[in-house]
Amino acid sequence: MRESKVSTPFWRDNRILPVLFQIGFAILVVLFFGYLISNAINGLNRLGINFGFQFLRRTASFNIAESLIDYQPTDTYARAMIVGVLNTLRIAVIGIILTTVLGVSVGIARLSNNWLVRKLSGLYIEVFRNTPLLVQIFIWYFAVILPLPQVQDSYSMGDFYFNNRGIAIPWFTANSHTFIWVIISIIGLVSAVIVWKYQLNKQLKLGTKRFPTLWAITTLIISFILAWLVTQSGPVHISRPELGNFNFSGGLRLSAEFLAILAGLVIYTATYIAEIVRAGIQSVNKGQTEAAQAIGLKSSTMMRLVILPQAVRIIIPPITSQYLNLTKNSSLAIAVGYQELVGVGNTSLNQSGHAIEIILIMIVVYLTLSLITSLFMNIFNKKTQLVER
Amino acid sequence: MSVDLKLVEAKQMIAPPSQSFSMWVWIRKNLFNNWYNMLLTLLAGSLLVYISYATLTWVFTEAQWAVIGDNYKLFMVGQYPILALWRIWSALTMMTFMFGISAGTFKGTMLRLCYILSTIYLVHIIAPFTENTSKIWLTAQLVMLVISYFIGSKIPYAKRFNIVGWVISIPIILFFIHGFGILPVIRTNVWNGLMLTLMLAAVAIILSFPIGVLLALGRTSKLSVIKYFCIGYIELIRGIPLITILFMAQILFPLFLPTGLTIDNLLRVMLGATFFTAAYMAENVRGGLQSIPNGQYEAAKTIGLNPVQTTAFVILPQALRAIIPTIVGQSISMFKDTSLVAIVGLVDLLGIAQSVKSNPEFLGRHMEVYVFIAFVYWVIAYSMSYSSRRIEKSLGVGER
Repeated sequence: MRESKVSTPFWRDNRILPVLFQIGFAILVVLFFGYLISNAINGLNRLGINFGFQFLRRTASFNIAESLIDYQPTDTYARAMIVGVLNTLRIAVIGIILTTVLGVSVGIARLSNNWLVRKLSGLYIEVFRNTPLLVQIFIWYFAVILPLPQVQDSYSMGDFYFNNRGIAIPWFTANSHTFIWVIISIIGLVSAVIVWKYQLNKQLKLGTKRFPTLWAITTLIISFILAWLVTQSGPVHISRPELGNFNFSGGLRLSAEFLAILAGLVIYTATYIAEIVRAGIQSVNKGQTEAAQAIGLKSSTMMRLVILPQAVRIIIPPITSQYLNLTKNSSLAIAVGYQELVGVGNTSLNQSGHAIEIILIMIVVYLTLSLITSLFMNIFNKKTQLVER
Repeated sequence: MSVDLKLVEAKQMIAPPSQSFSMWVWIRKNLFNNWYNMLLTLLAGSLLVYISYATLTWVFTEAQWAVIGDNYKLFMVGQYPILALWRIWSALTMMTFMFGISAGTFKGTMLRLCYILSTIYLVHIIAPFTENTSKIWLTAQLVMLVISYFIGSKIPYAKRFNIVGWVISIPIILFFIHGFGILPVIRTNVWNGLMLTLMLAAVAIILSFPIGVLLALGRTSKLSVIKYFCIGYIELIRGIPLITILFMAQILFPLFLPTGLTIDNLLRVMLGATFFTAAYMAENVRGGLQSIPNGQYEAAKTIGLNPVQTTAFVILPQALRAIIPTIVGQSISMFKDTSLVAIVGLVDLLGIAQSVKSNPEFLGRHMEVYVFIAFVYWVIAYSMSYSSRRIEKSLGVGER
């Protein structure tokens, strides 16, 4: 074959073409965004707003009804934003815990051999999954909680009070002995686990019943008795809500806004988690169940040692994205006036006019939260995957 | 002889002993097979009885549904001028026509959807609060559905006709609703109610699809600049809530435009929703792309297709077919998410509900209003998820 002297022209060269194409694309993107940004800078100059984060040090001068840290209207925008982030975290963490509990229970109920339970959980999923979350939150807030009676004539069930400002329930408050109690309980828990493992090992080696669970529980109870003997008091006081002139004091009070957004998020997200759990359990090969039955495992042992470890591997990635969805959806709290990140951001944005900066802060915070959640879930995912092989 | 014996055996195997099946046996087996199931049944049963009793008494005795009937036009089309309502009816007729054609051509799921559609029309014809002109229009829809069904089952090149028909129907529907100067223009601020909800969802879903496909192809591409641009875009959008994007569309977007150029409020929100959904759509499409075995790429290369041809004629058709149920799922969640535009000041179905319940004439009718719109959302979302399940079954995606 004759060596061709004619070199390929560069517009047909497979080595150069992609590079050229990419450079062209990069230039286009840079030009496009440059154009937009120059427009923005011009526009802001005309409005007399300078881009920058200095405004965060100015006084916010708006009130935030609920805050985990001390906050006054005289504090800075920066502190207001931190209050917002903490409120987002509060709703996200509590929401994730509750929705997991509800979702997993409903998911397992979907697979129950009880016909009525199966159908009832199916009905719950179909109803709450196919209506918009925002509508559900509005129903909880405007149609369920706000029509409740005034504080003075709250519904009460024992020490639980329901009124249009939220609910007040008895709660624990730490006393001077709580610290000692916690320490002794941790020691008790650790030794219980050690005893349990030791007895289990012995049971496996000797083949005689050693009752490891019973041993562990006894150890734990002994540690509690010890703690009580040392401190001569209970671990916590129980504080009851008391009706004052305007509102309840003592106990745990949850505001109407918080309850509405929490109920909406938990009940909506749990339908997705239930379906994920159901699909995960069903995806475990039937042979596994049969094999477990063949070697004579009880159904609870089979679930714990054979089905769940395999199902969890399939369940975790989609459940992670549901946790992220819940965190992102907590921004809907703005609609009922619970001041989380987007709510605080929106107020600050309307007051200060620094729209770009505040939306940038929101984006950074949400991306960080997503990243942290995925990080945790990835670690958990790795752990569960190691179990298999 | 031995053959005969085998036949006899086979016959015995074919006919199993007839099981005695009775209601009582079924109940015993499914509800009361052991002590904790008995407990569960009793608990679930009493819960069910309590919920249905409470719901039924509320619906039939306590709730005052006048708020729905009196404001029905508002819920459906908002403040759209009454004199121009015929334009919406015409647009609806166009949609009904295409539904009928598709049902006639494809039968199956489309036909089921048409049953749901005609049930909705029928209920509205019977409903006491519907005006007489509306009843005439609704009857026309029903007739149109039947006629177009028969046209759809007879026409030649039915599939091509369907695709072209749907594509053409979109501008026609927009023309009727907006006017474009040929008919008097009706400003977007009176496009309210369910009409706006449906329109937002349709626009976001349809437009986000091609963008999503491009992003997914970009993300799987070997060109690193494009790949990282797409990854950055997808992950950024997926990391932040839709409401932030809508705020950006409402507040930031005008800042980035050259002076003098303003874009309509509704259009900005539509763009925001589209670019938001596109990121999720891209991830769905990427899932489909990854499900294509490598052999397909190699086979396409062997017969001499270039990368563009491989993608367009070999990979994408298979990938997209595999993800139809996922896309429907994405569409459902976009449809539900359109309710968020009520927060940024558009008056969709939820926005109308907010304004109706603040009307002093209907003070305190929160539950009725919200339950009604929740039901409307539910009917549409449930029909979509129902059809997605049917498609999934007929494609056999779940079994592979």
